[in-house]
Amino acid sequence: MYSERVMDHFTNPRNVGDMEDADGVGIEGNPTCGDAMKIYIRVRDGKIVDAKFKTFGCGAAIAVSSMVTEMVKGKTLDEALAISKEAVAQELGGLPPQKMHCSNLGADALKKAIEDYRSKQAK
Amino acid sequence: MRKCYFDHVATNPVHPDVLEAMIPYFKEEFGNPLSVYEYGARAKNAIESAREKVASLVNAKPAEIIFTSSGAEANNFALRGIALAKQNEGKHVLVSRMEHHSVLNSARFLEKSGFAVTYLPVDKKGFVDPETVKKSITKETTLISVIHASSEVGTIEPLKEIVNVAKEKNIVVHTDAVATTGNIPVDIRDLGVDLLSMAAHQFYGPKGAGALYIKQGLRIVPLIYGGIQESGRRAGTENVPAIVGMGKAAEIAEAEIQKRMDCLLPLRERIIDAMSGVDRVYLTGDRKNRLPGHASFCVEYIEGESMLLLLAAKGIFSASGSACSSKALKASPVLLSMGVPSSLAQGSIVFSLGSGNTSEDIDYLLNEFPAVIKRLREISPYAQGWGDREEGGQECTVKE
Repeated sequence: MYSERVMDHFTNPRNVGDMEDADGVGIEGNPTCGDAMKIYIRVRDGKIVDAKFKTFGCGAAIAVSSMVTEMVKGKTLDEALAISKEAVAQELGGLPPQKMHCSNLGADALKKAIEDYRSKQAK
Repeated sequence: MRKCYFDHVATNPVHPDVLEAMIPYFKEEFGNPLSVYEYGARAKNAIESAREKVASLVNAKPAEIIFTSSGAEANNFALRGIALAKQNEGKHVLVSRMEHHSVLNSARFLEKSGFAVTYLPVDKKGFVDPETVKKSITKETTLISVIHASSEVGTIEPLKEIVNVAKEKNIVVHTDAVATTGNIPVDIRDLGVDLLSMAAHQFYGPKGAGALYIKQGLRIVPLIYGGIQESGRRAGTENVPAIVGMGKAAEIAEAEIQKRMDCLLPLRERIIDAMSGVDRVYLTGDRKNRLPGHASFCVEYIEGESMLLLLAAKGIFSASGSACSSKALKASPVLLSMGVPSSLAQGSIVFSLGSGNTSEDIDYLLNEFPAVIKRLREISPYAQGWGDREEGGQECTVKE
C-alpha cells in the first residue's frame, strides 16, 4: 500500500527527536484524529540549519515528518514556506489518496514552526 | 523469517480436508442442484448433506439453515427480513453498539425506511446489560440483534439473559455469531435465539459461504428474489463447492472444537499476562468472557497502523481499530462506545490466534512487540503524557 520511499522513511526515520532551545516549534494535528506532529527548527542567518520531529501517527505521518525535516535543511525561510504537501508526497514517491489530507501534516507543522520563529523574532 | 499470522478474525486458511471435499464440485460434480437429471441430484444431495452438518454444529434442524454468500449477507437478511416481515406488528428494532458494520448499516437502512432503531449502549468491557435491553423495549419492538462475541475486543455477550428478557415480550432475537461459530460451542437451543448468522471462513471453511439459522415457523422476507433455491428464501444458483466446504468445515469444527479451545486458551493467556506488565498497555474487552484465541489491547501514545506495519516487517500479522488503519479513517466505533478515549483508541491492536499458532510464535511476539512499542514511543511527542491535547482540543476536520 505504501511506496518504498515511504516505507524507508517510516522504518528508518531521519531527524527524530526533541531540540533543546529550538528557534521555532510547530505542532499540527490531534491525537484524537490519529495523527499529530511536532517540528523543531534551528535558524541561522535566515536559513534552516537543522530540523527535528516527534510524530504520533500512522506510517505515512511518520514518513512525511521524516521527509519534511530532510527537505527543509539548508533552505531559507521563504523557500521552506514554499514546500507544499504535494511536494512532500512527491518526494516520498506518492501517498495513498486517503492519506493525502489527514496524514500529510508535515508542511503545515513546518509553517507553524516558521511562524513561531518569526513571531519570536518580532518581539 | 518466522511468519506469525495473528489475524484469524480477518480470515483463515481453508482446512486441507475442506479443500479436498470441495474440488469435485468444481470439476465432475458441476451440476445445478435444480436440474432433474443425475448431475442435479448429486449436487442437491451434496448441499443437503452440508446443511445437516452446519445444522448439527449449532444444534439446529437442517430445514432451519439457509445458506448465504457470507456472514454479512446473513446479517442483512436477518435484520431486513424480520423487520419487514413484522412491520405490521411494530417498527422498532434494537441493536447493540458492539455490532459489525453489516448489522449497523442494515439498521441504518431500516431507519431510512421509516423504522425506529435504538442503539444499545455497552459498558467498558463491551457488555450489553440485559436490564438496558428490557428498558429499551417498546410496544413497537419486533427485533433485537446482539452480537455473540466481538471480533474487535473478544467479549462474549450475555445472550441467554438478553433472550430471556426478549421472550417475556415475545420479541425475536438475532445474533451475529460469525466470530463464535466453530470456535466456541454455539447451541441455538441453549442460547434460545431465533436467528443466528455464521460464516464458513471463520472456521477454516471457504470464503463466499455463510448461513443464517432461522427458527422453524418464523416468517422472513427474502433479501434476494428469484428462483426456489433455499426454500424460496434465498434465490440464486447455489455456490455448491463453497457450501460443501462449509459443511465439511462444520463437521471438522464440531469434532475438534474442544481441542481447538484448549490449544488457544493458554496462548491467549500468555499474551495477556505478559502485556499487562508493559507500561500503559490496556487490555480491551473482558478478561474472562472472551474468545479463546483473542488478545486485544490499546497501547497509549502510539498509533495502531504504525504498530501493524512494524510488526508486519517482523513477520507478525495483526489488526487494529485505529482511524488510520481503517479505509474510512474513523476510530473503531466499538472502542469508542466502550468509553475508550479516541486518542487511546488510535493505539488499538488485536491479536487473534488460530490453528497453526504455536507457543514459539507467542515467544516471538512477546519478544518483538514490546520493542515495537518502545520504538514508536521514542518517535511520539506524547510519550510522557497527552498534555493539553488529550481530548476534544480540536475538531478532526480534513484539511484541503
